[in-house]
Amino acid sequence: MLYFIEQFLNGIQLGMLLFLLAAGLTLIFGIMDLMNLAHGSLYMIGAYFGATFAAWTGSFVLGALLALIATLAVGMALEVIAIRRLYGRDHLDHVLGTFGLLLFFDELVRLVWGPAGLTLSLPSEMLNAVQILPGLYYPVYRLVIIGVTLAVALALYLLVMRTRLGMLIRAGASNREMVGALGVNIKLLYTLVFGLGAALAGFAGLMQAPILTVQIGMGENILILAFVVIVIGGVGSIRGAFVAALFVGLVDTVGRAFLPDLLHDYLSANAAATLAPALSSMMIYLLMALVLVVRPEGLFPAAGK
Amino acid sequence: MSSLRAMSLARIRRGDWLTPRVAVNAVLLAVLALVPFYASLTSDPFLVTLFTRVLILALAALSLNLIMGFGGMVSLGHAAYLGIGGYAVGILAKEGIGSGFVQWPVAVAASALYALAVGALSLRTRGFYFIMITLAFAQMIYYVASGLDRYGGDDGLTIYRRSRFGAFVDLDNKTQFYYLCFALLLAGIYLVWRIVNSRFGLVIRGARSNERRMRAIGFPTFRYKLVCFVIAGAMCGLAGALLANHTNFISPAMMHWTRSGDLIVMAVLGGMHAMFGPLIGAMTFLLLEEALSHVTDYPDLILGPLLLLVAIYLHGGIGGLIGARRG
Repeated sequence: MLYFIEQFLNGIQLGMLLFLLAAGLTLIFGIMDLMNLAHGSLYMIGAYFGATFAAWTGSFVLGALLALIATLAVGMALEVIAIRRLYGRDHLDHVLGTFGLLLFFDELVRLVWGPAGLTLSLPSEMLNAVQILPGLYYPVYRLVIIGVTLAVALALYLLVMRTRLGMLIRAGASNREMVGALGVNIKLLYTLVFGLGAALAGFAGLMQAPILTVQIGMGENILILAFVVIVIGGVGSIRGAFVAALFVGLVDTVGRAFLPDLLHDYLSANAAATLAPALSSMMIYLLMALVLVVRPEGLFPAAGK
Repeated sequence: MSSLRAMSLARIRRGDWLTPRVAVNAVLLAVLALVPFYASLTSDPFLVTLFTRVLILALAALSLNLIMGFGGMVSLGHAAYLGIGGYAVGILAKEGIGSGFVQWPVAVAASALYALAVGALSLRTRGFYFIMITLAFAQMIYYVASGLDRYGGDDGLTIYRRSRFGAFVDLDNKTQFYYLCFALLLAGIYLVWRIVNSRFGLVIRGARSNERRMRAIGFPTFRYKLVCFVIAGAMCGLAGALLANHTNFISPAMMHWTRSGDLIVMAVLGGMHAMFGPLIGAMTFLLLEEALSHVTDYPDLILGPLLLLVAIYLHGGIGGLIGARRG
């Protein structure tokens, strides 16, 4: 039972990180109708900035703040220089163009930081494990991730639902032309949304950095997970992304933890050992295929789409 | 007889068949046919190896273009067929079945079966969702391959002997292997040309521009698209079998989603609505990559922005540049 709770918390933590990535991806998709394969690169850049700035300043929190601002700036610059020119085009052009950006960023990181990965070390007080239940110790930092990402999710919710900017974002998601016709500076709005998405992705990257090594290509696999999340949640829906992210995080983590034992009960040890790793990696994709077959628009389709 | 073929026949009768596109394609084929000669003259065997790779990936991009360019089905999971074809060859070789007469049909059949299953499920969706579901299935195959411990798991598997075809062709002979790939690519281009200009192809192209209307006039478009999807999968499976023989190695990395991205890039780069587009695209992409890696240690720093520029400014890809003025 304790093991299950531990894995459950791990699942929540992965889910919250996926939400940070998926929220930006789904906003950009919902509002600008842009399929962005370079979103994972912003996650990677966030992690590299985090590791570098934390080493410079000697403080993890200060480094993280600087990295967040830097990723936001990179995202907005990217939108103004390149992404803006892809709006209103075929999805295929998006795939080609943003795939080019993905190659570019991987190579740029290799040029700037070298081919070897970086590590980001945590302040000592975050390294410890605390007792959260009798007999269950859990790393502080993972709890911090859950707490901070929940706070970010809440802030994002307030931003989108309670502010004027959020109102424009929601309006843009349901009817772009009308928002433009009403005199809203749609170009600026797009730049801000893209920057926000980039900052969220970079934030996910730098939060994950102390747990994983910071390396080239780290964004490529998690990008696919984020896409799975927005497909399951319904494109353009932040609420859907939140639910689906937790769902995917839990299914993936809990599946990996328990599927091998479960298979052992029904199959020979040999077959289970072969099948379990593949099957547990496949589960979320099976889940997505299932959702798409049953509900092609995702679980929470955004209104007006 | 379809309109395109009638048009080309009319052109031949009128005598103005030598359009810039035809000229470019003819020069391209002549160059490709002469690569082994040039390589032996300059004693540069690497050239043959490089161009063999170009031909194989051109075949894969051609199969993708059949569904994507003509059928409007954008698949971001096409590298899965390369993997399935490759693993069919690798697994059979490891189990002691070295004959290409067994390996290659198995590679094609396995890819076709996989395409049938994936197509049956994913062709219910469209647009972005189709892209994502094809990607999801390819990811599953990727993880299946990673889990095959007997066949190398994540590390992959070396193929010690290339497929054997008795006295017909010797794949260890670089020149023979090159010309086999060349012949298969030409056969593939001819097949795609016949398909696209047949009644079947007209239904597929009609479904791309307006599926609802095609259904309304009585065509079961789902079945047509599914058959097209399976043909493309089988063709790419063959390319996978060739690729495994070319590199003597298979690994899950050959079906990583970025490899599917590469195939899309090749197909789009060359111009999707041209028969020779995928070949032009594969050649441009691979030769550019090769040339840039000689000039700089960071080739993607140039290649990436180039792709972005193509996406922004060149709607029809490079193929669209050739003879574009003729409308």
